[in-house]
Amino acid sequence: MGDHLFEFLLRQGDNTLILSHRISEWCGHAPIIEEDIALANIALDLLGQTQMWLGLAAEVEGAGRSADDLAMLRDAWDFRNSILVERPNGDFGQTMMRQFLFDAYHVELLNRLVSSADERIAAIAAKSLKEVEYHVERSASIVIALGDGSEESHARMQAALDDQWTFAGELFETDAGDHALNDAGIAPLPSELRAGFNARATAVLGDATLIIPETTFAHSGGRSGKRHSEHLGHLLTQMQWLQRAYPGATW
Amino acid sequence: MVKTPDIDTVWQWLDQVPDPEIPVISLVDLGIVRDVAYQGDRVRITLSPTYSGCPATRVIEEDVRTAMRDHGIDQVIINQQISPPWTTDWMSDKGKAKLKDYGIAPPSAKGQPEACPICGAGAVSLVSQFGSTPCKAHWRCEECRESFDYFKCI
Ligand SMILES: [Zn+2]
Repeated sequence: MGDHLFEFLLRQGDNTLILSHRISEWCGHAPIIEEDIALANIALDLLGQTQMWLGLAAEVEGAGRSADDLAMLRDAWDFRNSILVERPNGDFGQTMMRQFLFDAYHVELLNRLVSSADERIAAIAAKSLKEVEYHVERSASIVIALGDGSEESHARMQAALDDQWTFAGELFETDAGDHALNDAGIAPLPSELRAGFNARATAVLGDATLIIPETTFAHSGGRSGKRHSEHLGHLLTQMQWLQRAYPGATW
Repeated sequence: MVKTPDIDTVWQWLDQVPDPEIPVISLVDLGIVRDVAYQGDRVRITLSPTYSGCPATRVIEEDVRTAMRDHGIDQVIINQQISPPWTTDWMSDKGKAKLKDYGIAPPSAKGQPEACPICGAGAVSLVSQFGSTPCKAHWRCEECRESFDYFKCI
């Protein structure tokens, strides 16, 4: 169980960490200052959640590593985030589509984790849920505004959805470890979250006048760590640069 | 040797410590001080972060230590508690009134500002769901046309 729990916590913390880093790349580059500030604030929320998830992961591992060690000193194959969150930002519409797909999954997950049999997990989930409910409200409203917007914004949002839909599937991938945690009442099966996600996605994307691709294909390999995309390594070279260049540096 | 303060006195001291980002209100007004107690002969202060990524969390801890040291208390235990999660319901009425005087619309159960904190008009509109910090949103008054921060209700 200990290994499954550690793996589960890495998956949570790595998703929030990598997405936080991606969003923070917009800082100083967003189309308008309000969006710039909003994205930086969402990145900050996700980073705070990362500290809680990876902090607990480090505690559960009991190998003397800290949350910072896990974030800054692992290489790509040890990360357990889904491929969706490591993909490059693309244009603002692609970033917001990715955000909506992740938020819609995230809110379903946290809603279940608040009643986890592991009190530490339930506490982190309850804290995170308040923030993530706000994230999904915001990303959904932007997806609708841009999807049901001008001809140009509509075309870009449809392209973003076509591009990213097959990466969302991995969020619901379920393995033996998930079953073990589910049996212990610690976490839901990811596959069980799909119905709630689909309901929200169908409603929001419908309001956005966007068409969900018919394919059921899903890219895979991030949450198992077996096959990340080529983008994760590049992201890590930037995110981990300081600790790599000056090991143990603090301020 | 400093006399051991009683719990109420410690609360009063903490009520003098300003929030680093909104200095018109105190940490007690903000509702993030959850408990003050003695653990043996040391004062133990339990704090709840507002937002999980709030960059002020560490500064607040330091400010609390400094304030206690100024009152002659060197041995302080600070606990960070995330459960139950902080809510704007824990903000004091005094704190809400001070926020308004400062030009920040206080959190409201309506989920939006009750009125413009500058001119008091009721007609207000959302500019952005995030303001200058994670805890605030950015609104505008349709009457006086000033923009203002709204302390989000969570
Ligand atoms: Zn006004």
